[in-house]
Amino acid sequence: MANGEPLLRVESVGKEFFGNRVLADVDFSLGHGEILGLVGENGAGKSTLMNILFGMPVIASTGGYEGRILLDGKEVKFSSPFEAIDAGIGMVHQEFSLLPGFTVTENILLNRESTKYNPLVEVFGERIRTLDRQGMKKRAEAAISEIGFSIDTGTFAAEMPVGHKQFTEIAREIDRLNTKLLVLDEPTAVLAESEAEILIQSLRNLSSKGISMIFISHRLQEILDLCDKIVVLRDGRIVKETRPSDTDIFQIASHMVGRNVEASSASRPSRPDTEAILEVDKLWVDMPGETVRDATFSVQRGEIFGIGGLAGQGKLGIANGIMGLFMAGGSVSVKGLVIKLNDPAHSLSRDMAFVSEDRRGVGLLLEESIDWNIAFTAMQVQDKFVRKLLGGLVKWRDDAAMRAATQEYIKLLDIKCTSHKQRAVELSGGNQQKVCLAKAFVVGPDILFVSEPTRGIDVGAKKLVLDTLRKVNEERGTTIIMTSSELEELRSVCDRIAIVDNGRISGIRPAAAPATEFGLLMMGSEPAVAGSDVGGGDA
Amino acid sequence: MIDMKDNIKHFLISNSVPIIFIALSAFAIPLSGFSYGYLVQEMLTRLARNSFLVLSLLIPIMAGMGLNFGMVLGAMAGQIGLILVTDWSVVGIPGLVLAAIISMPIAAVLGYVCGNVLNRAKGREMVTSYILGFFINGIYQFVVLYLIGIKGMLRIPFTGMDIRIPVTNPQLVLSRGYGIRNAINLTGLRHALDNAFQFNVPFGSAVIDIPVSTYALIAFFCVFIVWFRRTKLGQDMRAIGQDMAVADSSGIAVERTRIIAIVISTMLAAFGQIIFLQNIGTMNTYNSHDQTGMFSIAALLIGGATVSKASIANVFVGVTLFHLMFVVSPMAGKELIGQAQLGEYFRVFVSYGIIAVALVLHAWKRYQERERSRRGLRGEA
Repeated sequence: MANGEPLLRVESVGKEFFGNRVLADVDFSLGHGEILGLVGENGAGKSTLMNILFGMPVIASTGGYEGRILLDGKEVKFSSPFEAIDAGIGMVHQEFSLLPGFTVTENILLNRESTKYNPLVEVFGERIRTLDRQGMKKRAEAAISEIGFSIDTGTFAAEMPVGHKQFTEIAREIDRLNTKLLVLDEPTAVLAESEAEILIQSLRNLSSKGISMIFISHRLQEILDLCDKIVVLRDGRIVKETRPSDTDIFQIASHMVGRNVEASSASRPSRPDTEAILEVDKLWVDMPGETVRDATFSVQRGEIFGIGGLAGQGKLGIANGIMGLFMAGGSVSVKGLVIKLNDPAHSLSRDMAFVSEDRRGVGLLLEESIDWNIAFTAMQVQDKFVRKLLGGLVKWRDDAAMRAATQEYIKLLDIKCTSHKQRAVELSGGNQQKVCLAKAFVVGPDILFVSEPTRGIDVGAKKLVLDTLRKVNEERGTTIIMTSSELEELRSVCDRIAIVDNGRISGIRPAAAPATEFGLLMMGSEPAVAGSDVGGGDA
Repeated sequence: MIDMKDNIKHFLISNSVPIIFIALSAFAIPLSGFSYGYLVQEMLTRLARNSFLVLSLLIPIMAGMGLNFGMVLGAMAGQIGLILVTDWSVVGIPGLVLAAIISMPIAAVLGYVCGNVLNRAKGREMVTSYILGFFINGIYQFVVLYLIGIKGMLRIPFTGMDIRIPVTNPQLVLSRGYGIRNAINLTGLRHALDNAFQFNVPFGSAVIDIPVSTYALIAFFCVFIVWFRRTKLGQDMRAIGQDMAVADSSGIAVERTRIIAIVISTMLAAFGQIIFLQNIGTMNTYNSHDQTGMFSIAALLIGGATVSKASIANVFVGVTLFHLMFVVSPMAGKELIGQAQLGEYFRVFVSYGIIAVALVLHAWKRYQERERSRRGLRGEA
């Protein structure tokens, strides 16, 4: 593309975290003024790659990386982000790093302010120089107009719409005179469509001025519109390097998801429709990092219902909101009766149970024994394992019943422990997860929410956990709502799967639907496939 | 319409503390029966006496370190300066200047220690500096009670080296030969600054003295703070005050800057304590500094400052309102219930109570603001 040496060349870069390979043989190059679109599922290795490029300390402290990175033909190995910045790499993060009480100007020039001399400098040193407000304003305005946008430089960051915040972040990188390469990590994720368009236009402007970019986004249409080349990462490898003119959304999505599509067709036999047991209408949940904006769906009795989607889009918020753990609104009814939100005790009393994704925080009393953990919720909510004296005036813990129940579950779930009295903190992740499940099963719920049941546990335990869920569903008729980041896992267990994107249900498909269709829903683009039952979520 | 209601509510919430105190004063002033001339004179004196101390709190707040309860360290340093100067019988302005020169390095060292400790207790600066005040108070007492005294009484074994700081004036030293008396008369320094340039203005039937020289110093200091905010260092402190992580990732030396903020505050507090005591004229060796911290912080909070935001206006409004209550409440109590004692109780009750209330209000306000800012993220709401 560019004549001579490309700006950035990545040569067979790889990385292992404690024997766990997350990147292998990544090769690509980026010319001056080119825009490279980087796509991939969560955990495909995008962040690791950017961390390597940026010299994040986490890379060096876990044993460095393999391969070489060349900037302008010279090999670079940054040991801190500051070195990367000095070399001309700018990064715009997904979450804003703006100071709310600072103006646009102050934020853009943070720690790079223009200053003026005064005599006290001789005594107290450089830091006592006074700020040159006029000069700062000029520089900020110049940086903003470079992007091709206009904001009042005196506005406080706290009072700006998200779109303007994003522009301010970019302007901050532009103001560094030497910025040659700009890395944008999901810059449009928080923007409205019109704002995103302006941003895309601005980025084109910048690239025409010779600034190269790596653009990470899960909105594939943007990637196609903006980028000069597209690199698809999957499981730490580049599976496809292509140009937008040679491909389309559908192809990219299938490269991203990519696994064997046939494998899951042997999932579950189709089941007859039953009445709705859980109806969720316009639910919003204020869970930091997993905000749910407007979710509407219904789950049938006896169903295993999956909730999938990319990280941070709000899939975890749904169960947490219904169970009352985070501030929520909208309406949720169980078996036809509306439940009171924001009250965990109430949700539990309506025959619902929750296995939290936050196993060690919400799920377990880490310092207590297994039997206590398993019995705890049932004891609190249902008075199980309680002996009453004097007509209920005094309540005793029924240790014998607790032990019996615990031993039953230890056997059933194959919990590896020394005894039922072992403390939960001493168990491995997989066994902790089994204790969490047992705790929920003891309550005997009609509806069971399970969030990320297999996260961080080994393959054997994974299979056992999923099999147990299936068994409980079949034998007890428990309705299960399972939230997971792993689409394949959902497809192998669930009857139907809802995909959450940007806090909204972007579509509900039977588990047997093709993987690419789910992939597209995750990218926020509704594929034009008719016939399947699309539920709610019309923004 | 809703917006305006919301704005008014927001205004009332954010200024609730001064509003409560203005209301209390409006009620108590007529009850106390003091003449306005007397009250104006009292307020002018007390503003001159206290403002500098309260101003010294501003810089750590700017750096996001909350109310610097550690200012008592500076007050202690100032008192050590005053003790020595009194012993050496240096009087007048030179005495004050010398006391300041002695106390500055002590305050700087104490501030450096305090800043380092606070860097290990990020997010819990206030309670840490409060307890640190007690700890350093122990050391101060050790020094003042034991290490200061008549020469030649405390030798390091085998060396013959005398480590006692020599103070010989029998009016200062306890009769046992070492340790400083509880109350010290600062005769030579009394009103040295206030009287350097004083101005008399007729006010009704009374004549009001304005200590112009002290006010000039305070005004100079205010200008310094305004100027300081415009320096690179001030800007860095503001950035740190808003978000330490962001400031750090932009390359600002966070820990060092925080230490500088505390050092400046401690040194200014030492200076403030000297101004305070020259006005009072007597020094309570073992108590003056304790009261200083509590009263300065209470005054600042009453002025409408919060743990995270304070301005120069807050200082003057706060000192005025707080001391108005201070002067008026015993008499108001006497008139109301027949016992001045009750007003006295009220005074103590107010000064401690207001700190508690202000801290609770701050937490509540922060909660309200968080709710307000998240409202957009929630459904219809």
